[in-house]
Amino acid sequence: MAEILKRAKPLAVNPLKASQPVGAALAFLGLRNALPMLHGSQGCTAFGKVFFVRHFREPIPLQTTAMDQISTVMSSDENVIEGLKTICEKSRPEVIGLPTTGLSETQGSDVRRLVREFRAKHPQFDGIAVVPVNTPDYAGCLETGFALALEAIIDTLVPETRVAGRRRKQVNVLASAMLTPGDIEVVKDWIEGFGLRPVVLPDIGDSLDGHLVDAETTPLTLGGTPRGEIAAMGESVATLVVGRSIGGAADRLKARTGVPDYRFDHLMGLAACDAFTQTLAEISGQPVPDRVERHRAQLQDAMVDTHFMTGFTRFALALDPDLLLAFSQFLAGVGGEVAAAVSPVRADVLSDMPCAVVQVGDLEDLELAARESGARIVISNSHAVQTAGRLGLPILRAGFPQYDFVGGYARAWVGYRGARQALFDIANLFLGQHHDIPAYRSAFRTEPVGAQAGAGMVRH
Amino acid sequence: MKASQIAELLNEPACAHNTKEKSGCARPKPGATAGGCSFDGAQIALLPIADVAHIVHGPIACAGSSWDNRGTRTTGPTLYRIGMTTDLTEQDVIMGRGEKRLFHAIKQAIDSYAPAAVFVYATCVTALIGDDMEAVCKAASERWGVPVVPVDCAGFYGTKNLGNRIAGESMLKYVIGTREPDPVPAAALADFRQRAPGGRVHDVTLIGEYNIAGEFFPVAPLFDELGLRIVGTLSGDARYREVQTLHRAEASMVVCAKALLNVARKLEEGWGVPFFEGSFYGVADTSQAFRDFARLLGDDDLAARTEAMIAREEANIHAALEPWRARLKGRRVLLYTGGVKSWSVVSALQDLGMEVVATGTKKSTEEDKARIRELMGPEAKMIDDGSPKALLSAYKDYGADILIAGGRNLYTALKARIPFLDINQEREFGYAGYTGMIELARQLALSIESPVWEAVRRPAPWARTKAAGNPVGA
Repeated sequence: MAEILKRAKPLAVNPLKASQPVGAALAFLGLRNALPMLHGSQGCTAFGKVFFVRHFREPIPLQTTAMDQISTVMSSDENVIEGLKTICEKSRPEVIGLPTTGLSETQGSDVRRLVREFRAKHPQFDGIAVVPVNTPDYAGCLETGFALALEAIIDTLVPETRVAGRRRKQVNVLASAMLTPGDIEVVKDWIEGFGLRPVVLPDIGDSLDGHLVDAETTPLTLGGTPRGEIAAMGESVATLVVGRSIGGAADRLKARTGVPDYRFDHLMGLAACDAFTQTLAEISGQPVPDRVERHRAQLQDAMVDTHFMTGFTRFALALDPDLLLAFSQFLAGVGGEVAAAVSPVRADVLSDMPCAVVQVGDLEDLELAARESGARIVISNSHAVQTAGRLGLPILRAGFPQYDFVGGYARAWVGYRGARQALFDIANLFLGQHHDIPAYRSAFRTEPVGAQAGAGMVRH
Repeated sequence: MKASQIAELLNEPACAHNTKEKSGCARPKPGATAGGCSFDGAQIALLPIADVAHIVHGPIACAGSSWDNRGTRTTGPTLYRIGMTTDLTEQDVIMGRGEKRLFHAIKQAIDSYAPAAVFVYATCVTALIGDDMEAVCKAASERWGVPVVPVDCAGFYGTKNLGNRIAGESMLKYVIGTREPDPVPAAALADFRQRAPGGRVHDVTLIGEYNIAGEFFPVAPLFDELGLRIVGTLSGDARYREVQTLHRAEASMVVCAKALLNVARKLEEGWGVPFFEGSFYGVADTSQAFRDFARLLGDDDLAARTEAMIAREEANIHAALEPWRARLKGRRVLLYTGGVKSWSVVSALQDLGMEVVATGTKKSTEEDKARIRELMGPEAKMIDDGSPKALLSAYKDYGADILIAGGRNLYTALKARIPFLDINQEREFGYAGYTGMIELARQLALSIESPVWEAVRRPAPWARTKAAGNPVGA
């Protein structure tokens, strides 16, 4: 049980945290033909957009209610209603996500009431779902904003039913913010290997995987979970929940549909993968496919091969809570040590960390803790590249954002093969650091110092 | 900031836009607005001041998704790359603890990083809850003896452009004019005198030059050569102590943007610093910029040396561009960028023998448009609609070979499988000055000539046949 140290300083230096509205937007980007509109000033959206564009290297549909000085002081109600109407008319989406921001929450804007007013005023757009969610940026982080949006999506788009199991091959997957598009593809293949049909919510694996399409431009998401599929989640035989941050969303889905769920903190490393595979075998009644067995054996082989490099290696990690736990348990499972762990916010999951303390803080905290504890490898997002540089340590990039690196979004960490590749990469980072034993030259030796330095060298 | 103060900032007499009814900002339309806020604009203008601790006072969204994402480069301190924010919590907002946290945050920044100064940026939430930033900054400055400058740039005040101006106003109000320039270093002076006997060193300043991707580094030696000492800039590779002395410049150049015209105008009104608007994009414009400095400074010896330098540099670059010109000649460009760049880049492209088939004029003034007609002929095609759809259809209609635009349109082009060159401030390559033209040519050729376009436009071999065909051996 790790001790959690709360934020102790007035100034956050080199922030690790990304905001709740950004996290909420990400969840909506995993729905098909969707468009999130942040209720705030235009900068809230512009920054969020750049954040994702640079990470995914994709156009990101994201709109704003564009609060200005007058609407901030007087009322922004009309901004919300006009914004919804404009989007409905111009882009005809299936779903509009409506996360709030620090600005609209401080002002006290009531988005739920505004959606009702919009419905009353513009019944011609009744076919377009609007999902409001309260996500001020003075609380939580990307992970919690994503989770809140997922709860709101379920509340709004999943009808209350009691028909669990009507689609006997269909399983729901609730995916938390830690899963990359690459991860989601792996999870889908995994499930399909057992003859089951996954419905992933939200499915950024389908919308943000980076693929060229025939349509040259679209103002909406290019893929994602179709609204019809979300409505039919109550007919699935089971729900698989990946990430503790979305426990609340899982509770909602279960309460609305009665579909039994199976919850996993993460899918990294042998033990976590085994638990998932076992569950799929039980749900499907199918034997584990040979290919999965082979991938498992490959991971075991890699664990043996790399344990020289991972064992006792001290890691400094700064990630959102779910991903922090995933990496920490994965590394602990191969003999690594969590020397420094920083999370942007407090979360229940942190008390399960396999280390003595977890600091709620920023990348400056990581830098100090890593230096003090003698960490050898940093695992964090692209912002920590500078941190790692000052520490003189290699970095493995994970989480949001990854802007100095191509393909971070496509990387799969989950599954047997994802774990194997992660082990290879970590071992290679370790091997890339030269830590020779300091040379000792006896004072009694008579050969002049430096004389042998060039000996045996061939000069051209 | 009061509404009247914002209105005043939006009224910029030196700006050619000012007479148009659209001057300043039209109210942004909910559900159909793109672009950054005033806070964003203020940061763009000031973050390049490298030895300052830049503190964002607000909850996490403002700094969290934007810190350390600018392409500006420095020759010295890297403090500007350290992200700092008060990261306000719900309790801070509800209980009104923001000011107190800010006060202690300023102390923490000073204690840990010994900055030359601290700049504090207001954000929407702190403006709305009424934090008195000016008072906190004043108190902190008195308490700890380090200049602490408030920049009142809440996002909801308006656009990025307004934010630029607010940043400029803050510099005028708190920083510029608070120190006299150092004497010219003796060694540099001796060196200059040797090269230009009888020549004088003049102090100049650049406003709106951000040294993106270090693009000003190849231009700077030419200033040194001519004896033009850049006392400070707003704000590429600047230091706080340099910005303090901008009022002593003998001439200033407003580079490639109208947003900071207020600073140039007030330097002229208050301190008699004459200014001109120019650009370092393209051979012709770069040469013109140096000529304009010589003209404003009224120094005949400088003018003569400037002409000699221009002749040499133009001859060199002309020769160096020859192989590129052969490759790029006749290629057709669709240009979509704002304001000054709508014509300054045109001349750069024409230098390369390329044909600009149309240019975006959404943010251009009548004066800009006149320059475009001068360069591209009276029939020049001008595009006002910058939506992805409109750009792509213009691209096709005019038979362009490449789209040159801001980073926002990067994926518009790539998703449509067309070559692209990024011209705005997030870009990773520098195109300024004479040598910048080589990089520009290289990047243009790189994208236009790439084999990937043909490959990604080619349908899959099986796409034309509807039926699967017969299996081999059947």
